[in-house]
Amino acid sequence: MKALILVGGFGTRLRPLTLTLPKPLVEFANKPMIMHQIEALASVGVKDVVLAVNYRPEIMENRLKEVAETCGINIHFSLESEPLGTAGPLKLAEDILGKDDEPFFVLNSDVTCEFPFQKLVDFHRAHGDEGTICVTKVEEPSKYGVIVHKPSHPSRIDRFVEKPVEFVGNRINAGIYILNTSVLSRIEKNRPTSIEQETFPAIVREGQLHSFDLEGFWMDVGQPKDFLTGTCLYLSSLAKKQPKLLVSPSESYVYGGNVMVDPSAKIGKNCRIGPNVVIGKDCVIGDGVRLQRCTLLPSSKVKDHAWVKSTIVGWNSTVGKWARLENVTVLGDDVTIGDEIYVNGGSVLPHKSIKANVDVPAIIM
Amino acid sequence: MSLQVPMREKANGAGKDTKAVILVGGPSRGTRFRPLSLDVPKPLFDVAGHPIIWHCLTAIAKVPSIQEVVMIGYYDESVFRDFIKDASHEFPNLPIKYLREYEALGTAGGLYHFRDAILKGRPERIFVLNSDMAELFDNKDAEAVILGTRVSDDAATNFGCIVSDSHSRRVLHYVEKPEGHISNLINCGVYLFSVDAIFPSIKTAIKRRTDRPRLVSYPSSENLESSFMADDDDEKKEVLRLEQDILSDLADSKQFFVYETKDFWRQIKTAGSAVPANALYLQKAWQSGSQELAKPSPNLIAPVFIHPTATVDPTAKLGPNVSIGPRAVIGAGARVKDTIVLEDSHIKHDACVLYSIVGWNSTVGAWARVEGTPTPVTSHTTSIIKNGVKVQSITILGKETKVNDEVRVQNCVCLPFKELKRDVSNEVIM
Repeated sequence: MKALILVGGFGTRLRPLTLTLPKPLVEFANKPMIMHQIEALASVGVKDVVLAVNYRPEIMENRLKEVAETCGINIHFSLESEPLGTAGPLKLAEDILGKDDEPFFVLNSDVTCEFPFQKLVDFHRAHGDEGTICVTKVEEPSKYGVIVHKPSHPSRIDRFVEKPVEFVGNRINAGIYILNTSVLSRIEKNRPTSIEQETFPAIVREGQLHSFDLEGFWMDVGQPKDFLTGTCLYLSSLAKKQPKLLVSPSESYVYGGNVMVDPSAKIGKNCRIGPNVVIGKDCVIGDGVRLQRCTLLPSSKVKDHAWVKSTIVGWNSTVGKWARLENVTVLGDDVTIGDEIYVNGGSVLPHKSIKANVDVPAIIM
Repeated sequence: MSLQVPMREKANGAGKDTKAVILVGGPSRGTRFRPLSLDVPKPLFDVAGHPIIWHCLTAIAKVPSIQEVVMIGYYDESVFRDFIKDASHEFPNLPIKYLREYEALGTAGGLYHFRDAILKGRPERIFVLNSDMAELFDNKDAEAVILGTRVSDDAATNFGCIVSDSHSRRVLHYVEKPEGHISNLINCGVYLFSVDAIFPSIKTAIKRRTDRPRLVSYPSSENLESSFMADDDDEKKEVLRLEQDILSDLADSKQFFVYETKDFWRQIKTAGSAVPANALYLQKAWQSGSQELAKPSPNLIAPVFIHPTATVDPTAKLGPNVSIGPRAVIGAGARVKDTIVLEDSHIKHDACVLYSIVGWNSTVGAWARVEGTPTPVTSHTTSIIKNGVKVQSITILGKETKVNDEVRVQNCVCLPFKELKRDVSNEVIM
């Protein structure tokens, strides 16, 4: 089987992290974001993965080649010379996606969920129609495009309603599809096309598109606030399904569970860590440190007695003694937060040293 | 705080020809010192390990010619009983007496009311100082000398401003809290008067007052707030104030001089100003090699005062400019800087307290952060503008405040007996 991942551009929504590393390589729960998807695809027998990109940094190619080898798959980069929307990249990769009659997966690179690809394939084959899109239930459907089913059919889609004022349903497009190769012939070459607004409505008109309810969590983690929320959901899911990947709640420093620590990280005495904390490779945590709802990227350091909440600490960054970070603070690569400094919702660009409090959310250039 | 009064051979005893009068005010005054003055009279509030008024006595004790200290105020006598008892042991050569005004008479009014008691023992001169100041000075052979200091031009209008002759140091003009710029030499609230000059001056002022109504000058809009907040804005007829009613007249006499100090000066008016004052007194004690202060170490940045009955965990880091009161407990890995921690308070492990006052019996939870904003030593104000709103720069926790674990309190004033469960900033918590 084959898959296409829509990676897109510079990942500006995840700056300042993406100033240092392309978004697919930013570690989400101690693994590059795109690895979660590639591993899940490989586990259901996908052999070819096309990455649809509109820029192609060398570091991404090198790192993903290593990934490909470990998973035993072929990675193809498909570079758009001009933006082609969300459907155009499929046509551009027609050679690979259409090389056999097997259906192919399409994924938005920003989404995280439990990736139930086997169930999705089984469902798709069972209904026998042209496409299946994964849907997730949301509390406030009025902010999204909502899917409405045909009357008296549980999965066949009747129409899409963009930002409904009145309640018509609560299922929204989760950005994960499985499509038959016939879909490729519906897309024009070299014309920017929206899969959501053009291709899918056309398939719906022929009654050929179904929805598949995702179990468990789903989150678009394309920006820091959602990255942190997505991490909480992912860790909660792991606690149920693969608790061995988390630190045992009986560990003295763990507080409230959902704590993932790379084995190479060092943790000091009298810390209180959790819930929902990810500590990356080679991180160093001092004594009396309090961490909650945060991600520490590899080789970062949190010094004694610091207090960190709802924060992403970038690679090689240092948080000073008795510092306090909170409210979606994001430190880029190699940032230093001075001792006793308070940062409230600061987005700090790489290589900065912060010596005065940041009292209100701000971007520190 | 040093001073040498030139000895003049006089008839009365061993050169003890001077009395010190400390104006301590009363419970209805010092409202700007709330919420701390809700629980302790301001003169007894501990700064650098000792009551504010103790620092006055220490300065006075260095003047050999002092025969007696007279405190004038309208607190109940019982308020100062224990303090005077303790002080008479600590300063055996300094008889101390408290004279209670039964109504607020104003600074000059009080002085005049108790003139018989003050003149008993035939002093030639009297030092008059406000209790929030503790610095005395050398005198000239003058009828009146005022202690002055230079502040920034924009701060000067909040104080009494002195225009002086640059050579003779004679005071040419005196205005209390002027509307515009007059001088950046300001009144520190410490005076040395010859008894032959001060009492007749007050008498003249009283006479003038009864003869014709007082000329009231209205403040400009810029100064409205400071005049509104001033402690001494009483308009009662009997109230006679040294600054407003006497000094301008004295400036007309030829014998009114200013002694300009280059030494530290910090008025303790608002509660928040206790923090910079604490820092200055500690630095002063540190420079003079005081044995009272804690020894520096990697976890102790001088100057720090730790009361002998306080408990400080060795992993806590203190200083600079920290005073820890009796029986206070500082937990493991706590950080305290530029802060006064009062009696029986508990700062729990890994908490961080900066630029704050932690009131009696208060608790700061684990990983909590209690924080004020530093103001420059020269600024003489304890409020700052944040998001267009004037807020207290120093965070003050009133008596028995409880800050829960991990809670952050920034630029707040918290009245006594409150529990803070959520983060708060830029607020007064009733």
